[in-house]
Amino acid sequence: MKKLKVFATPYLIWMAVFIVVPLLMVAYFAFTDEEGNFTLDYIANVGQYTNIFVRSIWLAVIATVICLILAYPVSFMLSRMKKHHQGTMLMIVMLPMWMNFLLRTYAWMTLLGNNGIINYLFSLVGLGPFKLINTEGAVVLGMVYNYLPFMILPLYSVMVKIDKSLIEAASDLGCNPVSVLFRVIVPLSVPGIMSGVTMVFVPAISTFIISRMLGGGSNLLIGDLIEMQFLGNAYNPHLGAGISLVLMVIILVIMTIMNQFNPDDQVLI
Amino acid sequence: MKTLSKIYMALVLMFLYVPIFVLIVFSFNETKSRSVFSGFTLEWYAKLFRNEVIISSLMNTIIIAVIASIAATVLGTLAAIGINAMRKVPKAIVMNITNMPIVNPEIVTGVSLMLLFVFFAARMNLEFGFVTLVIAHITFDVPYVILNVMPKFRQMDPNLFEAAQDLGCGPFTALRKVILPEIMPGVVSGFLMSFTFSLDDFVISYFTSGSTSQTLPITIYSMTRRKISPEINALSTIIFVVVVIVLVVKHIIETKQEQKLRANGGDE
Amino acid sequence: MKKYIRPLCAVLCALSLTGCAGSAPSEGTSDVTAESTEESEAQTLTVEDMDYYTRFKGQDISINVYNWGEYISTGADEGTLNVNAEFTKLTGIKVNYTNYATNEELYAKLKGGGAYYDVIIPSDYMISKMIKEDMLQPLDMDNIPNFKYIMPTFVDPAYDPDNAYSVPYTWGTVGLIYNTTTIDIPKEDIDWDILWNPDYADQILMFDNPRDAFAIAEIMMGYSLNTEDPVELTAAANKLKEQKSVVQAYVMDEIFDKMAANDAWIAPYYAGDALTILDENEDLDFVVPKSGTNLFVDAMCVPVGAKQKEAAEMYINFMCEPDIAYANIDFICYSTPHSAAFEMLDEETRTNPVSYPGDDYLDANTTIFVNLSDEANLQMQTLWTEMKSAETETPNRWIVPVFLLLCLGLIIFTLIRRHIKNKKDIY
Repeated sequence: MKKLKVFATPYLIWMAVFIVVPLLMVAYFAFTDEEGNFTLDYIANVGQYTNIFVRSIWLAVIATVICLILAYPVSFMLSRMKKHHQGTMLMIVMLPMWMNFLLRTYAWMTLLGNNGIINYLFSLVGLGPFKLINTEGAVVLGMVYNYLPFMILPLYSVMVKIDKSLIEAASDLGCNPVSVLFRVIVPLSVPGIMSGVTMVFVPAISTFIISRMLGGGSNLLIGDLIEMQFLGNAYNPHLGAGISLVLMVIILVIMTIMNQFNPDDQVLI
Repeated sequence: MKTLSKIYMALVLMFLYVPIFVLIVFSFNETKSRSVFSGFTLEWYAKLFRNEVIISSLMNTIIIAVIASIAATVLGTLAAIGINAMRKVPKAIVMNITNMPIVNPEIVTGVSLMLLFVFFAARMNLEFGFVTLVIAHITFDVPYVILNVMPKFRQMDPNLFEAAQDLGCGPFTALRKVILPEIMPGVVSGFLMSFTFSLDDFVISYFTSGSTSQTLPITIYSMTRRKISPEINALSTIIFVVVVIVLVVKHIIETKQEQKLRANGGDE
Repeated sequence: MKKYIRPLCAVLCALSLTGCAGSAPSEGTSDVTAESTEESEAQTLTVEDMDYYTRFKGQDISINVYNWGEYISTGADEGTLNVNAEFTKLTGIKVNYTNYATNEELYAKLKGGGAYYDVIIPSDYMISKMIKEDMLQPLDMDNIPNFKYIMPTFVDPAYDPDNAYSVPYTWGTVGLIYNTTTIDIPKEDIDWDILWNPDYADQILMFDNPRDAFAIAEIMMGYSLNTEDPVELTAAANKLKEQKSVVQAYVMDEIFDKMAANDAWIAPYYAGDALTILDENEDLDFVVPKSGTNLFVDAMCVPVGAKQKEAAEMYINFMCEPDIAYANIDFICYSTPHSAAFEMLDEETRTNPVSYPGDDYLDANTTIFVNLSDEANLQMQTLWTEMKSAETETPNRWIVPVFLLLCLGLIIFTLIRRHIKNKKDIY
C-alpha cells in the first residue's frame, strides 16, 4: 500500500501551487506596500472597518441561528417519515438549492421592492408600502433563504442515524416530549448542528452578492469591502488582502472555538 | 401534533418555492412590470435565445465544468489513493490543506487565486480567461472529490490490496481490479459534486475570469446590475425546469435500484 | 475548445441578425447599398473605404471591447443595428464585448493586470489618469480617418491634448431624474439639495462611484469639482455621510429599473440615460440644477497590452462611421460629438435643451472633471470606502492587531487544553 503514496504527487504539487502559495500571497500583499516594503499600515487600517466586521459577524450569527431553528424541525420531520417518502421529500426540499444562487437572490429583489409583489398585496388591503428591501433585514432574509438547505442536509443525515429505539426508551423511562428533544435528540445531533452551522456561517459572513442586491449598497459587509478593493470602486489590493487575512483569522478562531463542542474531533463535513 | 408539523413543512416549502414561482410566472408577463401581471407572452424566451452573450457564456460554463470536473476527478482520485497510503502526520497536514478551499470563504479563495494569477501574469504572459478559470475550478473541485473518495477507503478492507498481490496481481493490476471498483461510488459522487459546484460557481469565477470568457453566473450578475429584463426570468424558468428534470430522473433511477436490491434480497 | 465556440457564436450571430430584419434607420440617411459579401436580410450600410475595413478578413482575429452597460446599439429593438455584429460582418473581426459599471472598475480591472482589452471607453478624468500612468497607447490617426467628423469643440481637449490617445464617443451632463407626481417642487426650483431632503427619505437614489457622488457634494458646498484640498474633500465626504440616512440605495445602471418601476422618486444620473428612462415612464422628468453640474466626455482608447492595436483602431474608426455613430447615439440617447451623426438626428433631438443646451450654457454652468493628484485620489477613495461603511467614529487603530494577538492566544490555549485532555483520556 505504501507504494501507492506516489499517486498523490501530482495533486501535492497542484495543492502547493494553487492553494498554499495563493494564501501566502494574500499574506504577502497584506504586509507589503506598493514598492514591496514591509508595513503594518494596511493591517492597522483594517481597524477602521471594525464596525463592518461587527455587523457582518452579527448578521451572520442571526442568519445562522434562524436557519438552525427553522431547519431543525424540518430535518427531524424528514427523518421520521416513511422511507420511500423521505427520498422524494428530500429532493423537493433540496431542489431550490440547485437553482442558481444569483437568480434566487434576484427573486427576492423583485418580491421586496417598493412596488414589488409583497407591497402590492399589502396595498390591496390598504396598508402602506413598507420599506422591505435595502435593509439589514432583507440581507438576513436573503442569507436564510439561500443557506437554509445547507443546514437541513447535515442535520437530516445525522438525525436519520439516530436510533428510534433510543427515543422510545426515553419516553418509556418517563420523559415528556420536550425532555426527549433536549436530552436525547439534540445531544445526538450535535455533529450535524456543527456541520450545518459551519456551512451557513462561513458563506454568510463573507457574502457580497446578497448585501449588494438586497442591501442597497449602504449595508456593506466584509465581502463588499474586499470586492471594492479588488474589482470595485476603490482599487487597493493591499488593503483588500489585509481584510481577507483578518477575515480568515476570524473564521479560524470561531471554528476552533466551535470544535471544542464537537465530540471526538469529527470531521466537519 | 401531526397536522401542526404538516402545516409547518408546508410553510417552509412555500418559503422556499414562492420566490422561484414568482420568477417563473413573470417570465411570461407581457410588460416589464414586476408586480402586475398583464398578459401572456413568450417574447422574453425568444429574446433569450437570440442573446448571444448568454448562449456563449452558457457554453463556456458547461465546457469549463466538464473539463474541470473530469480533471479534478482524476487528480483527486489519484490523490486519495496516495494520501490514504501516507503516514498519520503527513496525511493530517495534507487533509487540512485540502480542506482549506472548502472551509475558507469563497471570496478569499477567489482573491488569493486572483493575486496569484496577477503576480504571474506579468512574468509569464498569462492571460486571464479560459485557462485561469479552468485552473481555479479544478482547484476548488479536487477537495470535494477527495472528500468523497476518502471515506470509501475507510469502508474498504485494507487487506484486500495485499491479498490481491499475494494472489499474483502486480500492484497496478491490483489497483485496477480491487481498489478502483471499491472506491468507484465515491469517485462518481465526487465527479457529480464537482460538476455541480463548477456549474454554479460565481464568486471564484468572478475574480479569475478575463475579458473573453464569461461564465453564465457572471453574465447573470451583470444582467442584474443593469437594466433588468424579464429575460432573466425566462432564464430562471429554463434552469428550473432542467434542474427538476435532472433531479426527478436521478430520483427515479435511485428508486428503481433500491427496488431491485430489495427484490434481490427478498429472493434469498 | 475555443475553436468550437467561435463558429458556434458566428452561427448564432447570423441567426440573431436575421431575427431583427428591419427597416433602414430613420429619415436622414442616404441610400444604402449592399456592400457586404455575405447574404443577410438585416440592414446594410455604406462605408467609405471598403478596402480599409476588409484587410483583416479571414485572419480569424478577435478584439476585446470593454464598455459601459447600455452603451452601444445592440439591435434589440426593431429597426436598429447590432453594431458589433455589423462590424464582424464587415471586417471578419470578432468582438468580445463585456461591460463595466464605473470608471474605477475599469481602472481596477486594467491595473490588476492579466485582462487584456483592445478598446475601452473611459471618461475624461480617467483618461488623463491613465495617460499619466502610461496605461494607454497613442493612437495612429492614419488608421482613424473618420476622426475628421469630430466637432471642433471636442478636438484637443484638456484631458487628452491633441487627442493623442482618445477619440470622443459621447458627451453629456449630469442632472436629476424625478417623479413629477410625487415631487411637488416646480422644475426651476429643483436643486441638488433635494437629494438630502428628509421628506423624500428612502426614495432617493445616489451614484455608486466616488467621483460623481463627491461632485454633487462639492457643488452643494460651493467647492470646485476638481478640488484637491484635503479639508474640502473631507467636508464633502461628511456631507455624503449625512445623506446616507435618506438614501434608498447606491446604484449605477440599476437605476433604469428602479425609476421605471417607480421604486424611487429621485435620482441623479447622466442626461442620455435619463432620456431613455423618461421614455419608459411618463411620470418622470429630467432637470439640470441651476447651481451647476458636471460635463463629461467618454472617449475610446486603446490600452497598453492590447493585442490587436490596428484592429482596435479599425473598430474605433468604424464607430465613427456616420451611420454607426448615428445608430449608437439614437440608441443610447447621449449627446454626440460627431458632426455627421448630429446632422442625421431629427429636429426635436437636435434642439432638445437636455441633450444640446448650447455652448454658452455649457461654459457657464458645467465643469469637466480633470484627474486629481495621487494623494487626492487616494484620499477620495479612502473617504468613499469609509463613507459607505458609514460609522462616524473611527475606532482605535490598534484594535485589529490586539484582536489578532488575542485570537492567537485563544488558539494556543485551546490546543494546550486539548493536548492535556488527550493525555488524560488515554487511560
